[in-house]
Amino acid sequence: MTTTPSAGRPRFAPGTFTPAPGSGRRGRMLLTHARVETSLTLRHGEQILLTLLIPLALLVGLSLLDILPTEGSLARVDWITPRILALAVMSSAFTGQAIALGFDRRYGVLKRLSATALPRWLLVAGRLAAALVVVALQVVVLGAVAALLGWAPSLSGAAYGVVLLVAGTLSFGALGVLLGGSLRPELVLALANLVWFVLLLAGGILLAPATLPGAAGDIVALLPSGALAEGLRAALTEGTVSWRPLAVLAAWGAVAAALATRTTRLT
Amino acid sequence: MGDAVEITGLVKRFGSVTAVDGLDLKMPRGGLLALLGPNGAGKTTTVEICEGFVRPDEGTVRVLGLDPRRDGTALRPRIGVMPQGGGAYPGVRAEEMLGLVAACAADPLDPAWLLDVLGLGGARRTPFKRLSGGQQQRLSLACALVGRPELVFLDEPTAGMDPQARRLVWDLLEALRADGVSVLLTTHLMEEAETLADDIVIVDRGRVIAQGSPSALTAEHADDAQLRFRARPGLDTELLSAALPEGYLVRESAPGAYRVAGIVDPQVVSTVTAWCAQQGVLAEELHVGKRDLEEVFLELTGRELRT
Repeated sequence: MTTTPSAGRPRFAPGTFTPAPGSGRRGRMLLTHARVETSLTLRHGEQILLTLLIPLALLVGLSLLDILPTEGSLARVDWITPRILALAVMSSAFTGQAIALGFDRRYGVLKRLSATALPRWLLVAGRLAAALVVVALQVVVLGAVAALLGWAPSLSGAAYGVVLLVAGTLSFGALGVLLGGSLRPELVLALANLVWFVLLLAGGILLAPATLPGAAGDIVALLPSGALAEGLRAALTEGTVSWRPLAVLAAWGAVAAALATRTTRLT
Repeated sequence: MGDAVEITGLVKRFGSVTAVDGLDLKMPRGGLLALLGPNGAGKTTTVEICEGFVRPDEGTVRVLGLDPRRDGTALRPRIGVMPQGGGAYPGVRAEEMLGLVAACAADPLDPAWLLDVLGLGGARRTPFKRLSGGQQQRLSLACALVGRPELVFLDEPTAGMDPQARRLVWDLLEALRADGVSVLLTTHLMEEAETLADDIVIVDRGRVIAQGSPSALTAEHADDAQLRFRARPGLDTELLSAALPEGYLVRESAPGAYRVAGIVDPQVVSTVTAWCAQQGVLAEELHVGKRDLEEVFLELTGRELRT
């Protein structure tokens, strides 16, 4: 009980910890946060499988094998690549994001960060910025492989394609935050994968809405997955700029973001 | 300048459980206050209310003169927080995590230096999940300090640390106090509270049951001195009591740790040692003095294990 710390040999020079509190610069906070989130995603094996390996396998498989109904004279790779880009966005911005957020809450990461000067909006902005970086990398890799398979996208629609990719990332990102920010991580994991699988098969990604029977096609075109896949296909195969998919994505994103601000919990 | 922390009439309920039940607490600026209490006493809830994570049901809380929930944006840059356990991405490297928290501050300490000081220099690039429990605690402490806060909340800062690391943290806490940083910590280590704290607040069932400086607390709750000694466990304490005059109480407080309560005079010491000699045991670490903080704590909060 009589032990005194540092028994006469101060380990720290006086003034070392003199308070100098204050907020960091916002740009630096955002950059650092986004960089950490990006590296964590790229280092995470399961995330790579989900965001890159599965889309790559589907891209190669469906370009070489005649499995899915395509449109008329279009080369299979030209038809499938925009849809795989939509899948890539959904995988990383939605499924990967939701699962990571669910577990980050469990591990107290959000609490830790919100105990700093980092504003709440920046907590989300950092994650979305990271999602945009990851999507950009996915597009580069998938685009390069598609090019090797003979992909020849319409250059006139490329700029609009980029707009759709950004809108899709933000919209799916908001949905991912909505899902990952409120439920238990195990439930998030199950639901995020289930939604991914359902949207892949029946949400307008692998099957074009137009090939679905009856009103199903119209409904699927209103899903974020259907809107993004169809919008990208129209832009990258025909060079068509259609505002409808962008409006659908914006609506989903706005609703998800509004809900998420109410439901997201730190732990 | 007001107090670093000022809590009046704080109440927090979780469903049917009242975690904090009318707690009052005052901590002056530049002070080091230790919050003690059994598990479930309401320490962590109180700290999390001060940090703005938990909304109180009743009462007022002022931290550096601010309301932690209403003025959170103004308050957060000024405080450092070390939560209990976790608090990092499982895959994040130690230097990345500390760098991220440092980026949130205007004039942070050098993260590389802080990692070195805390003995994490060699674990710079180790993912959080592969750090030992004590290393994770030290990284968490680094995150609380890196922004040069005015006030730090440390929830069981030395839990899971080896004695070397604990001593290092104690040195650090001394340095913080010397540099004018206010510190509120919770702990289960009586030695930690007794050595470091200016003020100790003991809470139980959500209320403050005792407070004061370490010396005041041990003096206040010690009507008389006591004799302590160690010997092999399982001595017959009733036999020893019988050997002593009326009114002396002998207890084995932990296996092999004996306490004789009552007025300790030379005769009593002699009787005890003679009795031990008869039993063929050596009374080691024979000590006469006032009760230590642990005794006071157990006296106040009871000896039974809480379920």
